[in-house]
Amino acid sequence: MRSGQLTAGTGRLAKFALRKDRIRLPVWLASITLSTWGIVLIFAEMYAEEAERQAVAATMLNPAVVAMIGPGYGLDNYTLGALTAQQLLLFTAIAVAIMSILLTAGHTCGEEEEGQLEMIRSLPVGRLANPISAAAVLTAASAVLTAVIGIGLRLFGIESMDLEGSLLYGAALGVTGLFFTAITILFAQLSDSVRGTVGLSFAFLIVTYLMRAAGDIGNEVLSYLSPLGLILRAEVYVSDYWWPIGLTAAAAALLFAAALLLNSRRDLGSGLLPQRAGRMHAGVLLRGPFGLAVRIQRTALIAWSAGLFVLGASYGSVLGDLEAYFANNAALLDMLPPGSGFTLAEQFVSLLMVVMAMISTIPVLITFLKLKGEEKKGRTSHVLTRSVPRGRLLLGYLLLSLLVSLGVQLLTVTGLWAVGNAVLEGAFSFTILFKASVIYLPAMWVMLGLAVLLLGWLPRRTGLAYFYLAYSFFVVYLGGMLQLPDWLAGLSPFDYVPRLPVEEYEAGSMTLLTFAALALTVTGMYGYRRRDIAD
Amino acid sequence: MAVLQTRQLVKKFGNLTALGGVDIEVKEGEVYGFIGPNGAGKSTTIRILLGMLKATSGEAEIFGKDVWKEAVELHKRVAYVPGDVNLWPNLTGGEVIDLFMNLRSRSSDGRREELIDRFNLDPAKKCGTYSKGNRQKVALIAAFASDADLYILDEPTSGLDPLMERVFQEYVREARAEGKSVLLSSHILSEVEKLCDRVGIIRKGEIIESGTLQELRHLTRTNFTVETKEVIPSLDSLPGVHDATLQGRTVSFQADASELDPILRYISGYGITRLESAPPTLEDLFMQHYEETGGDKR
Repeated sequence: MRSGQLTAGTGRLAKFALRKDRIRLPVWLASITLSTWGIVLIFAEMYAEEAERQAVAATMLNPAVVAMIGPGYGLDNYTLGALTAQQLLLFTAIAVAIMSILLTAGHTCGEEEEGQLEMIRSLPVGRLANPISAAAVLTAASAVLTAVIGIGLRLFGIESMDLEGSLLYGAALGVTGLFFTAITILFAQLSDSVRGTVGLSFAFLIVTYLMRAAGDIGNEVLSYLSPLGLILRAEVYVSDYWWPIGLTAAAAALLFAAALLLNSRRDLGSGLLPQRAGRMHAGVLLRGPFGLAVRIQRTALIAWSAGLFVLGASYGSVLGDLEAYFANNAALLDMLPPGSGFTLAEQFVSLLMVVMAMISTIPVLITFLKLKGEEKKGRTSHVLTRSVPRGRLLLGYLLLSLLVSLGVQLLTVTGLWAVGNAVLEGAFSFTILFKASVIYLPAMWVMLGLAVLLLGWLPRRTGLAYFYLAYSFFVVYLGGMLQLPDWLAGLSPFDYVPRLPVEEYEAGSMTLLTFAALALTVTGMYGYRRRDIAD
Repeated sequence: MAVLQTRQLVKKFGNLTALGGVDIEVKEGEVYGFIGPNGAGKSTTIRILLGMLKATSGEAEIFGKDVWKEAVELHKRVAYVPGDVNLWPNLTGGEVIDLFMNLRSRSSDGRREELIDRFNLDPAKKCGTYSKGNRQKVALIAAFASDADLYILDEPTSGLDPLMERVFQEYVREARAEGKSVLLSSHILSEVEKLCDRVGIIRKGEIIESGTLQELRHLTRTNFTVETKEVIPSLDSLPGVHDATLQGRTVSFQADASELDPILRYISGYGITRLESAPPTLEDLFMQHYEETGGDKR
């Protein structure tokens, strides 16, 4: 086969891919860019004084912090640029990696799985056109990200954020995008499904994060082997090394070449990893709608549980540094209510609880709205045409979501308690933390109730539930910092929850939230039972 | 006795009228063929019968019960196979078959293994790796393994190979022999011709013809090929003669059933040396109905 044959039609396919991503891709890029810019502006406000920045620099000596966000550098003269790069770059890079994995998997094996690629390949299009066009789209996205973030950061006119450093910052993100695009295309050749590819890619992302964590506090070789560790070695805004960027880009190119080689060797629709033989019969769990709901979301639920436990634990790990951190920062101390009689750790925990509750609401919504995804894919009718009442189907998903809400709240608080107690030596009793956590359940149920309502009455707009959660996060978490009017936060259920242990328990608002959740759920169920099932 | 009956069934999606008054009746122990091209309203009718869609107006009953209000109770006696079977990619075929059987509260008659064997399905494979035909088999096995009184089959053989189509036909005949009823929606007319006792033709959301194949044939034309000693003049101008083509002394044409007698008298005057006649196939019937009642009348 001539080489031109292999790549024929790549350009048109890339254009087509861009068209399909005309909403998804800009939303991803805008979210990453805007949150970077927004946080930099917040940092500029919060850490305007050198003493405040040096307090942060002190935390960079704590191994737990280094394990979480990467190594400290330039700590003697901790400029705003150095602070931003150390606090923000790693997590932004992870967001870019997630974007690359999801978009690439959709373009490569997603289309293969749904049979669209088969139609495209039957046209005069080369075997390698699909992976190359996917890579081209993501490369363009990475380039845009590099330029927009890089130039944008410079335009803020912050002294310590010069043009070279800002471009390096953008390039570190861009090259992370390239690397994870290449690795996802490679995994797409090994696995025969989107789930498999995304699973492998995310597992790889987690491994690179953990390798970097271990490397940053121990044997540094591990950090150099991890792309996430490597880009931090650019020491953006301090030393401005470009070689880690070049090295990561070269690794991405090699991985991509390997993926193309594998692609040209395998059959369409098959993966190179062998298929295991599955069960011949359904297990005891797979008896009804509830068992089915559990079974098809099992892996996702395990992953979320593990992730949220780690999130709680990582917040717990910084509790020990709080006292030193706040003691050095007069500005932050002034923000705390005077004579409240609570320790800094307790105040910090009350803020953590609302953040963790909102993050934990994501898997609760995902678990319930799977029912909507099932309808869209034409699978609910399998259940409903077999003497299962609609109410029972919906209740199965609702029950699972409620269990998930309990489970995630318990897991995050257990992680926080276990690690927090180790560093603070028994400052918190589990009961206090547990209460502070479960008190958010009624607010989470209101979000769930909204999802039920949307499913029952506006099934095409179920995404609004996530939008409302994002809104809540924005106004409740950042509202105080951005000095937004109070009524904006008042539109979110999370605003009505007392911030234990700092605030007093209040039965009235809890009852109100629970009733609101119940009313939304019942109304939603009524709608679901009488509407058309559109699959 | 009617097992399934709809009266003036109307379904509107916003401004679009998908069904404009559909009447069908399936009697006990018969196979009813529900035919029509894509988009004519077959699946919409079936989804109303299954309680997935709510009819805008009209009545639909199965075993004398309302299909919307008593859906759950009815589904204990109804087995359904959709034309496009989407399954959970991470469950195996065997697991899905068991799940489907578990979801019916009635016990099944334990033919699972026999059916898996007859349809030649590997139940240990994940559904994500199945071809369309194999996914179809999963739904068919679950349906025939269940002890249903009415089978609602919506283009059930799309994606099956001819060998498996034959297995399918055997199971449909077996079900009928046991006194069960079948609503078979299809656009594979040879299949309908083989299996169905009665057919209904749907077009743009309305039933335009229904009855036994015999009855329908009677309403329509018979194909003739005639060879005569002398050339037959002006056959075309005779009432009831259609599409006459002359090749030498051989003429092929279609004749309306009502005009058969005068046509045959006329041509016998020219000395018939060979005469072949064939009843119209279902395809002829179908095409004829669509051509005559279609928007673009010729």
